[in-house]
Amino acid sequence: MEDILRRLEDKRAGARAGGGQRRIDAQHAKGKLTARERLELLLDEDSFEEYDMFVEHRSSDFGMAEQTISGDGVVTGHGTISGRRVFVFSQDFTVFGGSLSEAHAEKICKIMDQAMKVGAPVIGINDSGGARIQEGVASLAGYAEVFQRNVMASGVVPQISLVMGPCAGGAVYSPAMTDFIFMVKDSSYMFVTGPDVVKTVTHETVTQEELGGASTHTSKSSVADLAFENDVEALAAARGLVNFLPASNRTPVPVRPTDDPADRPEPSLDSLVPPNPNKPYDIKELIVKIADDGEFFELQESFARNIVIGFVRIEGASIGVVANQPMVLAGCLDIESSRKGARFVRFCDCFGIPILTFVDVPGFLPGTDQEHGGIIKHGAKLLYAFAEATVPKVTVITRKAYGGAYDVMSSKHLRGDVNYAWPTAEIAVMGPKGAVEIIFRADLDKPEVIEEKTEEYRQLFANPFIAGHRGFIDDVILPRETRPRIARAFAMLRNKKLDNPWKKHGNIPL
Amino acid sequence: MSLSKPPFSKILIANRGEIACRVIRTARAMGIATVAVHSEADAGAFHVRLADEAVEIGPAPSAESYLVAERIIEAIKDSGAQAVHPGYGFLSENAGFVGRLAEEGIVFIGPPAPAIAAMGDKIESKRLAAQAGVSTIPGHTDAVTDPDEAVRIAIGIGYPVMIKASAGGGGKGMRIAHNDDEVRAGLRSAANEARSSFGDDRVFLEKFIEQPRHIEIQVLADSHGNTVYLGERECSIQRRYQKVIEECPSPFLDEATRAAMGAQAVALAQAVDYASVGTVEFIVDRDRHFYFLEMNTRLQVEHPVTELVTGLDLVEQMIRIAAGEALEFGQEDVQMSGHALECRIYAEDPSRGFLPSVGRLTSFRPPLDELNVRLDTGVEEGSEISIYYDPMIAKLCAHGADRRIAMTAMQAALDGFRIEGLDHNLLFLSAIMANPAFEAGDTTTDFIAREYGDAYGGREPDEDESAALAAIAMAVHLGSRARDLAIAERPVDRAPDLSGEWVVRLGAVDHPVHVTPSDAGLEIRIGERTVVVESRWRPGQRVFEGRVNGLPTTALLKPGIEGVELRWRGVRMRAVVRRPRAAEIATLMLEKQPPDTSRFLLSPMPGLVVSIDVIEGEEVKDGQPLAVIDAMKMENQLRAERDGRIAKISVETGDSLVVDQVILEFE
Repeated sequence: MEDILRRLEDKRAGARAGGGQRRIDAQHAKGKLTARERLELLLDEDSFEEYDMFVEHRSSDFGMAEQTISGDGVVTGHGTISGRRVFVFSQDFTVFGGSLSEAHAEKICKIMDQAMKVGAPVIGINDSGGARIQEGVASLAGYAEVFQRNVMASGVVPQISLVMGPCAGGAVYSPAMTDFIFMVKDSSYMFVTGPDVVKTVTHETVTQEELGGASTHTSKSSVADLAFENDVEALAAARGLVNFLPASNRTPVPVRPTDDPADRPEPSLDSLVPPNPNKPYDIKELIVKIADDGEFFELQESFARNIVIGFVRIEGASIGVVANQPMVLAGCLDIESSRKGARFVRFCDCFGIPILTFVDVPGFLPGTDQEHGGIIKHGAKLLYAFAEATVPKVTVITRKAYGGAYDVMSSKHLRGDVNYAWPTAEIAVMGPKGAVEIIFRADLDKPEVIEEKTEEYRQLFANPFIAGHRGFIDDVILPRETRPRIARAFAMLRNKKLDNPWKKHGNIPL
Repeated sequence: MSLSKPPFSKILIANRGEIACRVIRTARAMGIATVAVHSEADAGAFHVRLADEAVEIGPAPSAESYLVAERIIEAIKDSGAQAVHPGYGFLSENAGFVGRLAEEGIVFIGPPAPAIAAMGDKIESKRLAAQAGVSTIPGHTDAVTDPDEAVRIAIGIGYPVMIKASAGGGGKGMRIAHNDDEVRAGLRSAANEARSSFGDDRVFLEKFIEQPRHIEIQVLADSHGNTVYLGERECSIQRRYQKVIEECPSPFLDEATRAAMGAQAVALAQAVDYASVGTVEFIVDRDRHFYFLEMNTRLQVEHPVTELVTGLDLVEQMIRIAAGEALEFGQEDVQMSGHALECRIYAEDPSRGFLPSVGRLTSFRPPLDELNVRLDTGVEEGSEISIYYDPMIAKLCAHGADRRIAMTAMQAALDGFRIEGLDHNLLFLSAIMANPAFEAGDTTTDFIAREYGDAYGGREPDEDESAALAAIAMAVHLGSRARDLAIAERPVDRAPDLSGEWVVRLGAVDHPVHVTPSDAGLEIRIGERTVVVESRWRPGQRVFEGRVNGLPTTALLKPGIEGVELRWRGVRMRAVVRRPRAAEIATLMLEKQPPDTSRFLLSPMPGLVVSIDVIEGEEVKDGQPLAVIDAMKMENQLRAERDGRIAKISVETGDSLVVDQVILEFE
């Protein structure tokens, strides 16, 4: 017994040492933490339960039989974040460069299977050179086993990827299928083929950072959701995100106690929309002012900034917010903003998180870029996502709600549960000037007629009343009353039950 | 306030912003109906909504609205107002305007036109003051043009001397000369600047006072020959001749000096048949010699400190005097009680050399229910600070039994005030309240330049302050952590013990602390110190209020990804609380170098590109003008800070710029 205990302790010490002090120092010198240090920061103190510490690879080719390190390059298990269970895996770059072996993959699969069974989020920390080449196809099989589980878990438990080092080749497809990806500036990158291959094939010279660094993926490709200065910040932010998420699709959204009164008025919102309809304003001020404690967890803030997405809490409960941003491209919908909004709406719907939509949209962005890029199908994604969603949906039109974009933005016609409009709302087929220039095409050479008719159109349609007559909006609310009215609407919808017809799955226009 | 019939039934306020609101409040209290005037840009302004009625008087620029006498007169006639209060600035000291009102039979709530005219001219006012027996700065009050004559006069006065524009103000057309050569050079440049600024190149010489203080006497006179003075205000805390902090009484004056200054101020007011409120400004040297500067024939911005100390409503007095009423009290009835301070909150960025800032006040949350604190403002949350008008957002005043109590109240009020949406000087004002030199009353007019130089971006806390900050951060962290733990779908297995060892990182420094919960709150051991924090702070609140070692403490909080930013006593610092092991891991993070921006010319402020003075590919020398940016009506010349070649120009004339926008790039 004593002997066993001593051997156990030796094995544990060996596993904890990872790839040895030299490699740990090298990891630190790059400003990166080790796999275990990352888990220490991610999880509540002393909450980590480790699995499979003694797992070793089964490869014997290329001298691998002589090289075994307990744990085989990934630390797995579960722990808590703010007292709530999460499953984790953290790749250890100091052990075989974090490369994925068959055994390494099995460890990941084991915690994913268990997470699915108990209904708890999976957080993966990626820091891996790629496949364990010595194992050949066994390693590729390991990837696919993980991919399959990513897909099975999708919509069942939240999956978060923290890319904190290299993640290249086929390996990128595991994070790609998770719900959120965080990256660290200057020390993480993701690409299917690296700069060397790019150079050989296309003769482009590009750095790793430019090709697949955190800024590239958060501002250009939208592969990642947020970029952070270092590991510590990224891990702290991941804790913050988890606090908003339900544990699985069978648990209700988490509620955090709050002292912020639901009936808190915000008089300054009355002056948020400028008198000049062409002047922008910052929709984030509205989001912050209706949120509990002014707290807004924004996602993808550097990508498609004409739409804003993220989480707030109202009366303590998590709510997903989708809002047009008049500050950028006048808040219009284009390919990128439609994709960004659609994926977020679907995430919320998967996990029963109610959706709050703020609308100030002049329409879809015109142009050959957009049409040739397939705005029809991309715009349809957002339409599909809102239409399909069965969670509570509350919509507030703050200003423009023109044309097809009005329909798309969680309108009453797409089963919006409660649709409000501010007095400044203009719900119409298009802006007054554009409309008059079509209706009175014959009078285009008479500016005074156009001006007069524009004013007439403005009087008639540039207000919330026509939509109100039809019941397309439920009420016109004062901007200052937005938080109390939204809170009441979501409270009313708390037990909403709505099912889509049975189907294997829909066919969203991908 | 008497219950008698109000002196007027309706008055118009020919001003905007805080002073319009201030006048409207008193008028309402007296039962007088009020008419506001406003430019197009001010249609939704606070003063417009506060008044009983409002008249639009023109486009946004004040030269086309608030400064147009005829528009104001039209508005008075249309609204049927009997009298007009001018506030300060705009038409308040315009004798022509007062004359026109007289022609129209409208009462001006202010002094008679001749008094305004006499005091409006710097040379004329000095002559009158000297005649009235007021102590004036040794100097030559006549305009000088001949350099040789100027040198002779300078020698007569004794160096150093000041060359000043007759029509001057705001520091324009002023030069200090220490010798004959500097007199010759200064005379020419002061005259040039005076011509371009005021269209009047007359300049004069006077003695330059060393270690000066700016102390002014408030006078109050009726049209029946009664004149009193209401103590002084010290306004030495200035930046480029713009007052920042004022107080009453001055921490520097003694009774005898005060009485002598008061008597002279009264004599001057009587000499010009003054009737209304007025202010006689003196400069006081280190030996308490005082010299007349000028008389302001209007209500001063800083009048609230006098009101707090005397208990009088100066606007009410102005209105009654304008209606011909006699003062109801004499000099012996004036009682001064306690000490009052005023801080002017400006829309400016102290960390960037106090550059003006504009924008929407997305947050404007004054401290709640602070006893003995008065806020005068013309804005509310959601108001816009525009490029058209004064960048003053508000005046915050505190009153206490003595100067120390007033300072404590002011400190708490500043530290609990949340303004967001634009840059402001709250942190800077808070730093002054915490400055030992200010506390000691060492407030000469060079105070800001001497203590802070050209910019203020925060300061390092001392050890006691660090301990207090760590304690606040600890209380905030434990409160937030406890709430996060309550998110769980069901209670956590075991309530974690939040006491014990922690590490608080303040800025870049880790402070190990030991925390013990006690009945009073938290006891925190940090180094040799023990700090007890008591607070009712709840997670989500942006202001921390509590007691730190028994002392009332207010600090502003701004949550970040990890930890909070604390603002307190002029310190702005990020505080992150971690367990010792986590803190140890966090030290492994590398300090990242901020990106090198020296290759770029960045816009230092929001503004408009007036001109780009170089072309791509041009070689430029250090100091060469590159571009001109217009911000807040000021043209700012941007110069090269090194030799180099222009690689790329990113903006065009007429473009509007945000802060830090790239204007051009060097190779």
